[in-house]
Amino acid sequence: MDLLFKVLVEPFILMAEAPDLLVQTLWEGFVSGVLYALIALGFVLIFKASGVFNFAQGIMVVFAALTLVGLHEKGVPALLALAIAVAVMFVLAVAVERMVLRPLVNQPDIILFMATFGLTYFLIGLGELIFGGNPKRMIASELYLPQGTSEVMLLGGPVRFQHIDIAAAAIASLMIAGLAVFFSRTRIGRALRAVADSHKAALSVGISLNQIWIIVWFAAGIVALVTGIMWGARSDVSFALQIIALKALPVLILGGFTSIPGAIVGGLIIGLGEKIGEFYWGPLLGGGIETWLAYIIALLFLLFRPQGLFGEKIIERI
Amino acid sequence: MRAPDGPPVKGDVLLDVADVSLRFGGVRALSEVSFDIVKGEIRAIIGPNGAGKTSMLNCINGFYHPNEGCITFKGVARRKMRPSQAARGGIARTFQNVALFRGMTTLDNIMAGRSLHMRRGFIWQLLRHGPALREEVEHRRFVEEIIDFLEIQHIRKVPVGKLPYGLQKRVELGRALAMEPELLLLDEPMAGMNLEEKEDMCRFILDTNHEFGTTIALIEHDMGVVMDLSDRVVVLDYGRKIADGSPSEVKRDGRVIAAYLGVAHERR
Repeated sequence: MDLLFKVLVEPFILMAEAPDLLVQTLWEGFVSGVLYALIALGFVLIFKASGVFNFAQGIMVVFAALTLVGLHEKGVPALLALAIAVAVMFVLAVAVERMVLRPLVNQPDIILFMATFGLTYFLIGLGELIFGGNPKRMIASELYLPQGTSEVMLLGGPVRFQHIDIAAAAIASLMIAGLAVFFSRTRIGRALRAVADSHKAALSVGISLNQIWIIVWFAAGIVALVTGIMWGARSDVSFALQIIALKALPVLILGGFTSIPGAIVGGLIIGLGEKIGEFYWGPLLGGGIETWLAYIIALLFLLFRPQGLFGEKIIERI
Repeated sequence: MRAPDGPPVKGDVLLDVADVSLRFGGVRALSEVSFDIVKGEIRAIIGPNGAGKTSMLNCINGFYHPNEGCITFKGVARRKMRPSQAARGGIARTFQNVALFRGMTTLDNIMAGRSLHMRRGFIWQLLRHGPALREEVEHRRFVEEIIDFLEIQHIRKVPVGKLPYGLQKRVELGRALAMEPELLLLDEPMAGMNLEEKEDMCRFILDTNHEFGTTIALIEHDMGVVMDLSDRVVVLDYGRKIADGSPSEVKRDGRVIAAYLGVAHERR
């Protein structure tokens, strides 16, 4: 009885007693949720266009951020370094298309998946070689990202908003909205959906696979850069950052690998669920449940909706 | 009006295939095949299974690159061409085992065929405003005409993955027509259809040819269909051309009969 009370009743009493704490938790969950959604979006774009789970997405986040910070360390002005980092992501997209995707076209998906492992280790090596392996500080203030904290009295208590979190949520939301609209309304978006369904048919109506691949890998690279800046500003830029990409996995399971709205909703569910779970139920288990709760949520979803919330239902004729 | 014994349709050569050979490792899929397709005709490519018919179509629209030989389309000779370039040049096709965008509706599938004709920049498309909106409406009208023509109004909003096979083939034809092709390649358009569906499909193919003047090359196994539809027939067997001519000539050709029915001794 005591345990049931602690699991089912006590957390809600706590929520009702201190609504300001609830708002604080929800806000933190929202910020990480938006960032998860952004990372998941990078995966979804590539998965749709090339049918590959891009294992290298995490390292792309690190590599992009590292390029930005590393260049600044070597004396390049911050905004110029940002422009160069964008250019580097474009070159990376072209290189991946030329040297990885094109030679492996028509190979089974697992081969392409393994190739993204190769890409991961290549980028780790290249990043370390050029910029060294030490953690670096994100150049947040040089990029005119706001810093500091505001306290607002809300619902009878002070709620703290880190300015960088506000900026991160705003920028990530804008990017997600921009990408979603871009891929739902433009000719390129329709082409992407076509490529996702059938390479052969897409080719026959004159869609250039190579062009689409470069576009989505570049988009994924930009997403990686933005994620790297935002996440790097909250911690440090180091190779450990790549594990946040693994957080995108439960988001994708939840939202469906092929759905852009799914990535957004999935990201928010995971972000909010994680923080609320940690804060209200974590103490029961001695804390630290944030690291694995997302996977449990994803597993539950797998049991009931294997295609995810918004994934395409798999229709197979026998 | 297509007298089986009449002379071949007159017109300029639209596509000329000259000595095309295609190998996959040691397998010779095509050996020195030559034939031409004249503007406005319906050209059938027939042959037993594994004769290289689909390989031939794949060479024409750039999926395969022949090892030797040359393909001239609209007076431009080339051996290597990308499928997207072929599509831009005016070659559309359908596939033996339907290749549609299964998650998209009939309407979206056919709209995808218009993608090459859309010119407005993506900024305009993003805003869905001004010229881009006008363009979208214009293409939509064209697509609705195709939907009327193929009598598939009732499935406009249905995801094509859910449709029966015969209708999927019709949607695929619609997508190809949306490209306003000069040369339409049909890979077994009637495969797996019942008699009624076949008759409908025949009608659509003939109407396409008559009303839009589209040149058509088709692969088909149903000999009745081939004889009724086509102006000229080219016959492949083991990757070689064994006959070329009007349907009635081909039907009487000894080598064709041998290829289809087999000969007691000595194949060739």
